[in-house]
Amino acid sequence: MAKVELKKLGKVYEGNVRAVDDANIVIDDKEFVVFVGPSGCGKSTTLRMIAGLEDITEGELFIDGKMVNDVPPKDRDIAMVFQNYALYPHMTVYENMAFGLKIRKLPKAEIESRVKEAARILDIEKLLDRRPKQLSGGQRQRVAVGRAIVRNPKVFLFDEPLSNLDAKLRVQMRAELIELHDRLKATMIYVTHDQVEAMTMGDKIVVMRDGKVQQIGSPLYLYNQPINKFVAGFIGSPPMNFLTVKVGEEGGRIFVEEAAFKLYPAAEHSSLLKSYIGKEVSFGIRPEDLPYADHQGSGVIKAKVTVVEPLGAEIHVWGTTGTQPLVAKVPPHHMFKIGDDVSFAPVMEKARFFDRDTELSILPVKWDERA
Amino acid sequence: MRTVILLAVALIGVPAILLGYVKLSEPLSGRNAKRASAVRPWLWLLPTFILVAVFLIYPVIMTIVMSLRSADSSSFVGLANYVAVFTSGSNLVALRNNLLWLVFFTLGTLLFGLLIAVLSDRVRYESVVKSLIFIPMAISFVAAGIIWKFMFEFQPAGETQVGTVNAILTSLVPGFQPKAWLFNTSTNNAALIAVGIWMWTGFAMVILSAAIKSIPVDVIEAAKIDGASELQVFFRITFPLVGPTLGFVATTLMINVLKVFDIVYVMTNGNLGTDVIANRMYKEMFNYNDTGVASAIAVFLLVCIVPVMIVNIKRFRQGGANG
Repeated sequence: MAKVELKKLGKVYEGNVRAVDDANIVIDDKEFVVFVGPSGCGKSTTLRMIAGLEDITEGELFIDGKMVNDVPPKDRDIAMVFQNYALYPHMTVYENMAFGLKIRKLPKAEIESRVKEAARILDIEKLLDRRPKQLSGGQRQRVAVGRAIVRNPKVFLFDEPLSNLDAKLRVQMRAELIELHDRLKATMIYVTHDQVEAMTMGDKIVVMRDGKVQQIGSPLYLYNQPINKFVAGFIGSPPMNFLTVKVGEEGGRIFVEEAAFKLYPAAEHSSLLKSYIGKEVSFGIRPEDLPYADHQGSGVIKAKVTVVEPLGAEIHVWGTTGTQPLVAKVPPHHMFKIGDDVSFAPVMEKARFFDRDTELSILPVKWDERA
Repeated sequence: MRTVILLAVALIGVPAILLGYVKLSEPLSGRNAKRASAVRPWLWLLPTFILVAVFLIYPVIMTIVMSLRSADSSSFVGLANYVAVFTSGSNLVALRNNLLWLVFFTLGTLLFGLLIAVLSDRVRYESVVKSLIFIPMAISFVAAGIIWKFMFEFQPAGETQVGTVNAILTSLVPGFQPKAWLFNTSTNNAALIAVGIWMWTGFAMVILSAAIKSIPVDVIEAAKIDGASELQVFFRITFPLVGPTLGFVATTLMINVLKVFDIVYVMTNGNLGTDVIANRMYKEMFNYNDTGVASAIAVFLLVCIVPVMIVNIKRFRQGGANG
């Protein structure tokens, strides 16, 4: 088991196409770290550089304290689970799992006991004689995971391993992988574009966009203290509402307003907004922090309902302030119809404010939670 | 003017006849819809059956019949012609040479085809390399034979070597004595087979290259991460996965090599121990007017090729079922 360190890691493809830029990430021993971001954000490229499948063009990569920039994948002692499983089609499940051990010339008995043990953990003992073609997607994924764990590597890499599974199976495998991490106590790096996977699985999340690391931290830290509009909007579903508001002051009290509402930020936020008086900022509020208000008085956002999504346990109400869209998560006992005029009373202590130009958080936030 | 008429006949006449046949055959299928749909396919296939019967089955039967008759087909001689095929010295040489071709041509072509397919897969100028290797496929065998005759040209030591092979070897290898590649009985068969390999490597390469490219990249990457070296990846992953394709190429090459004729005919005409079965057949037929022995050789060739053909068709069907 090992610590993985990325120091100013970068990847520039031919034609000066930059895929990853100045990535500084420390992955501690036994940690489950998730790289998350939209497609093309460089998360897979970063993972492939750690695997050794992609040349590192800038910076340094350390595994277990050793610089491995020029070490070929076979000597990095890592295992990887691919999105399309990448099983060897001409080998049985047993042979697939044993391949890496045979290459390393382990004694036969040792190979057998390791493969059997992994098969038992993953509940694929009955499939050992089958070929990949005869397996379902979920079974293939288990074999791919099995092939990784028999190796007992320093680091596990997962490249969107659940994205080809159906929704139900995905939730199940997600839980199993969390359990597996707990059991193996191994360093794991997991790439996904699905923020739910990131939130539920990661000890630590690395949010990436356009080849750049946006913010690093525990799921709740990123959820509560997003560094910029991108992280705020990417983590959480439905995403955080962003409303453009103008900052003003009356009688020493800071307020933010739009045609349809006027709100008073919490005291600790007000002081930070002082320098924005007379300017526009982005007011961010999560749908769950927008409770329904049965009054039309002050401190509410008035909106007209455009879409109602009843999910059973909760309702997502999409509406418009007249100029800007918003969404609120409300308990299921409220009844809404399209076209209704409604009011929401935002929990101002939970509000976030972002600079309109830089999109950075106006409230102080750490780039790396632990830095 | 004649061309125009011919073209018109081909473009209008042929489809018209086909359409007319379909129309005319329709009443024959009867009124009963169930019976009609059972009969109709056979009626539509009938013209093809007739063509195959006239141009394929009948000649095969006649060849077998002629192989059992004397040189001028005047009397029945039993298996005498077959005995001749397997006993006469020149025929035995041809049989031996065909075996040499079968083994070395097939292996050589597969080896070079696979090697070039694998190596070219990793370079940027892949398409250029592959085009160059494939070009010989586009040349006629006769032209290739003539080209290589020049390449193997021999002048006694001391003279200016105009043959490319001797010219290169004498100038690069110190003390090398120019060789008469096509006349020296220890090299002439190898020289001919080399020409065959040169011509067919492109074929093997193109098909094997496609097979290699169909292996998912992540499977290769998974093997690398599993600890396999480049050679291990090739022998344990790539090679087994292109195995079926390799088999298909091998059988196709075997079918072709059993019929090898043009290269030998043009370059040595089978002299000096380079004869092959197909060339023997040609000589028996057109030089010695012995239809009996020529037919016996033809039947023998057919018998050799059929099993390979069956293997190939089976493989093709399996491939079709899997894909």
